[in-house]
Amino acid sequence: MSEKQIDEISGVSTTGHEWDGIKELDNPMPRWWLIVYYATVVWAAAYVIAYPAWPLISKATTGLLGYSSRGEIRQELDAAKAAKAGYIAEINAKTVEQILADEKLRTFAAAAGAAAFKVNCVQCHGSGAQGSPGYPNLNDDEWLWGGKPEDIRKTIAHGVRFAEDKDTRMSEMPAFGGMLEPKQITQVASYVVSLSGKAGDATAADLSAGKEIFAQNCAACHGADGKGNREMGAPNLTDAIWFYGSTPEAIAAQIRAPKHGVMPAWSARLGDVTVKELAVYVHSLGGGE
Amino acid sequence: MKYGTEIVFSAILTLIALLGAAFAVDDAFRYHMLIAVVLLGGFTIALMRKEDFVPAGPVDDTRYMDGPIRYGVIATVFWGVVGFLAGVLVAAQLAFPDLNLEPWLNFGRLRPLHTSGVVFAFGGNILIASSFYVVQRTCRTRLFGGNLAWFVFWGYQLFIVMAATGYLLGITQSREYAEPEWYVDLWLTIVWVVYLFIFMGTVLRRKEPHIYVANWFYMSFIITIAMLHVLNNLAVPVSFVGSKSYSAFSGVQDAVTQWWYGHNAVAFFLTIPFLAMMYYFVPKQVNRPIYSYRLSIVHFWSIIFLYIWAGPHHLHYTAVPDWAQTLGMVFSIMLWMPSWGGMINGLMTLSGRWDLIRTDPIVRLMVAAIAFYGMATFEGPMLSIKSVNALSHYTDWTIAHVHAGALGWNGMITFAAVYFLTPKLWGRERLYSVRMVNWHFWLATLGIVLYASSMWVSGIMQGLMWREYDSQGFLVYSFVETVAAMHPYYVMRVTGGLFYLTGGFLMAWNVYQTIRGRVRDETPMGAPAPAAGAAVQPAE
Ligand code: HEM
Ligand code: HEM
Repeated sequence: MSEKQIDEISGVSTTGHEWDGIKELDNPMPRWWLIVYYATVVWAAAYVIAYPAWPLISKATTGLLGYSSRGEIRQELDAAKAAKAGYIAEINAKTVEQILADEKLRTFAAAAGAAAFKVNCVQCHGSGAQGSPGYPNLNDDEWLWGGKPEDIRKTIAHGVRFAEDKDTRMSEMPAFGGMLEPKQITQVASYVVSLSGKAGDATAADLSAGKEIFAQNCAACHGADGKGNREMGAPNLTDAIWFYGSTPEAIAAQIRAPKHGVMPAWSARLGDVTVKELAVYVHSLGGGE
Repeated sequence: MKYGTEIVFSAILTLIALLGAAFAVDDAFRYHMLIAVVLLGGFTIALMRKEDFVPAGPVDDTRYMDGPIRYGVIATVFWGVVGFLAGVLVAAQLAFPDLNLEPWLNFGRLRPLHTSGVVFAFGGNILIASSFYVVQRTCRTRLFGGNLAWFVFWGYQLFIVMAATGYLLGITQSREYAEPEWYVDLWLTIVWVVYLFIFMGTVLRRKEPHIYVANWFYMSFIITIAMLHVLNNLAVPVSFVGSKSYSAFSGVQDAVTQWWYGHNAVAFFLTIPFLAMMYYFVPKQVNRPIYSYRLSIVHFWSIIFLYIWAGPHHLHYTAVPDWAQTLGMVFSIMLWMPSWGGMINGLMTLSGRWDLIRTDPIVRLMVAAIAFYGMATFEGPMLSIKSVNALSHYTDWTIAHVHAGALGWNGMITFAAVYFLTPKLWGRERLYSVRMVNWHFWLATLGIVLYASSMWVSGIMQGLMWREYDSQGFLVYSFVETVAAMHPYYVMRVTGGLFYLTGGFLMAWNVYQTIRGRVRDETPMGAPAPAAGAAVQPAE
């Protein structure tokens, strides 16, 4: 509706259109803009020739470079595998004890074990292997099923109370709720508290009654001195490390109706080599025997 | 009765919702329909009583139909604050997981509330309102279709509330940015088709010989969103009185359809119609001609043609075939200059009036918005390069990119449009306070800087930690260690979000006071501070 005019500020002509007072200048497109635009188009043309791009009837063009993302990952995985092949063969052939004795092999296996631990084990045992209620700390020297390299390997390989593995670590503390009177349970719990040197508010009479009950019912597994028995995974009750809580109530609850934690068996899932590597890693955390 | 047809229509809808609630096969659907009954029933009653919620100013409504636009501006401000608040909440939940309140306010349900709240409620309302405003002015004609514009406004609000309450009830299709279930999708389709009808009708009966560039952008937005919405939401409901449906697509087709939609939701919702806003409000505010007509044509058609193909860059290194990934990447690279065409045209329109940046905070908002647009559209093509994406994908880098675009570009240009429109729509001489706009500008800028820089650092760190190998070739970090490392940056993001949200509240206050016709007594921007003893300038 309006005429072309020269814009005073820029000296450029308008296009002669106007909408609600808005006009347009007749500036050319910036040269650098056009050049870069063309350059990206040229680059794109080259790229689609070099790489898989054009869908045809039954498959797409593969590109001059023969690239494929599956091929790329296969190559990377193969290279990584080849780099590790020597170590893996050695780990396969040796026992955990032998691996620990070989400085270079141990370093490699511990690094591999640490990586596998971070993916598979931290969910229960914590990212620092520090454990949490119901899941043991793996840094200390208290071991339920033994802290020798082979013990650790076996626990990892077959799990604990893992029904699908016939070699799994198996033991079940009975529920004493049905066998002992509530009062007796309180007494034996007080006695157990006292084993680790804590004074509790139990009377001397209760403690000696508890001691009696302990000797009759518990010593068979936990030992007369309460120091536990690794053959059966019976924990040491005389130290300050508690699985399900250290209060008399928590201990009484565990006597009445014990919780039975389960750890999966890893050899079927991760393979023997990784299990050995994990054993090396866990052994080297500080508590290995 | 003045609104006879409207009352009958909305009463029928109330009845349908009531039947839905009565025969519902699942509880979530029943509650959702009851919410609809309350909303629609309330609306029917309000119509019968002809209440006017928004005071109109001394304006002449005979030439242009501005009623729905006034409501749209208020809705924009309202949903903006709600959406930012939801953003701050989800950000806080990521920093402090204890803030997850089960089941209604957990992260999984609040996150889509945030994304839909800001994109569709805040963004959508300003797009509909500004498109109605711009198309009437640049076509010199009244909106086509009469009261249908009101239907679009209220119908769209119903869509928003049904989508939002659905999320909180746990009703979702699990398609990002398309979470609402089939019945809400159907409703939006109706509303959108009516919107298209009004817009096209208005353009067709224009009194100008040519169609202004802003209207090309708006038209491509409305048409393409209709197409994207319908195709991506093709689904078969399990029951017509139940909330669950199954998508028509499966496997890799499903993924490609979803990200064809998802990417173009970004393109045709967050980019193209916002460029339309830029093409109208920038030249109006600075009172200069558009820099280059030719550039606007070339970059418009390039963007339209190229954007549609870029979706697969969201699916790099997945089961999507290599050829599709290649195309997604090369089309994204070619998009760089066409996107920057908009930035050049926006910024160069200021040439000759750069001084306004000093004196006019609305121009400041516009310039910052265009600058962030330029940044996001440079970063985007870079992220779509496969080797860069291998690092950035699944990390907070994507989140940084999103929010540089969303807070910087979409947010700032919307704020500018709201400040431009409010005095005009209510016939006020000026805003309640221009200095408050300046405050808003700085709060928003600070918020964006905190948000984006913390997420860039956190995202790149996260990506590097995921791929960190030790000398023996084993991964160094467990996932949870990377999460722990991100905590301080998550706290920083919450701070940034709070700044941005505060700016939103300031805008709400400013708009509210302007509507009421108040004018704050203040020194104009850019004027020298009054010397001691000098008379304080009276408010205009
Ligand atoms: C107060 C300001 C805001 C804060 C604090 C905020 C915070 C967040 C957070 C925490 C997420 C989730 C990130 C994740 O899952 O890791 C998110 C996602 C998102 N936000 Fe915001 N946001 C804000 C404003 C906005 C605005 C204004 C928009 C758009 C206009 C927006 C668009 C989005 C989108 C699209 C996503 C999804 C991103 C994706 O899935 O990649 N946000 N926001
Ligand atoms: C030329 C322009 C652009 C290109 C090529 C582009 C490209 C990309 C790429 C490659 C991703 C990451 C995909 C992934 O790894 O998952 C992405 C994500 C995203 N971009 Fe852009 N971008 C552009 C501009 C913008 C603009 C202006 C916005 C506006 C706010 C925006 C919003 C988003 C959003 C919301 C996502 C997250 C999608 C999601 O995962 O939920 N982009 N973009």
